[in-house]
Amino acid sequence: MPRRKHPRKIVAPPGFKGYRPYGIAFEPEEDVELLYEEYEAIKLSDYDLMPHHEACVLMGISRPTFARIYESARRKIARAMAEVLPIRCVYGNVYFEGKWFVCGRCDSLFTLPGKEFERKCPVCGNGEVGVLENGPEKENAG
Amino acid sequence: MKTVITSRENHTDSLMDPRFGRCAFFCLYDEDTRETSFLENAGKEQSGGAGTLAAEKMIELGVKKVLSGDFGPKAKDLLDKFGIQMVVIRDHNQKISDLIAKLQG
Repeated sequence: MPRRKHPRKIVAPPGFKGYRPYGIAFEPEEDVELLYEEYEAIKLSDYDLMPHHEACVLMGISRPTFARIYESARRKIARAMAEVLPIRCVYGNVYFEGKWFVCGRCDSLFTLPGKEFERKCPVCGNGEVGVLENGPEKENAG
Repeated sequence: MKTVITSRENHTDSLMDPRFGRCAFFCLYDEDTRETSFLENAGKEQSGGAGTLAAEKMIELGVKKVLSGDFGPKAKDLLDKFGIQMVVIRDHNQKISDLIAKLQG
């Protein structure tokens, strides 16, 4: 049995659930599943223009692992374009850097592991949620 | 969905316990069945690693959400890694029954 995969650290999930091609005459029958860590690899390399040896440190993985994830991401995107398939973002083997949110109504602070695009207070269900810059330590000091 | 609220005593009229790793009791609340139960925190007297132990308990129980007053760095790290939602309640003067009522909607 192959050894356990190390969980990959990502800063934030993609701000979208997927991509659909438009201007097509048919309905695609399947979709390409892009993992969160694959999205993160593309974002760090191709958007932030970070060298691989820095990006892998940020994600908490080795350079060859980063290279493999990045290559997998590019092949999936290329396949989605060439075969005209929608892209769907799925959770993958990741954990978050621990971003904290604050509820505008009940003042609770909370994390949203894996669900950062569904911003809703877990206590009162309110949607007016703000992002906390420094984490709960500074807030609790008062 | 299983939720835990840290509690000072083992009944729903109790005030919430602002500590996580060294809280007196864990109140287990199932948001689907609306059942409540209490578990004594075995690690409350520990001098170190109480946060880690409490976080491991949450993982063991399959808890998805924890409500407390604050979480130490060791607890935070572990709960983050396992995708368990942490909620910091600012007003510590609330009873367990109040918080459960809020969770119910």
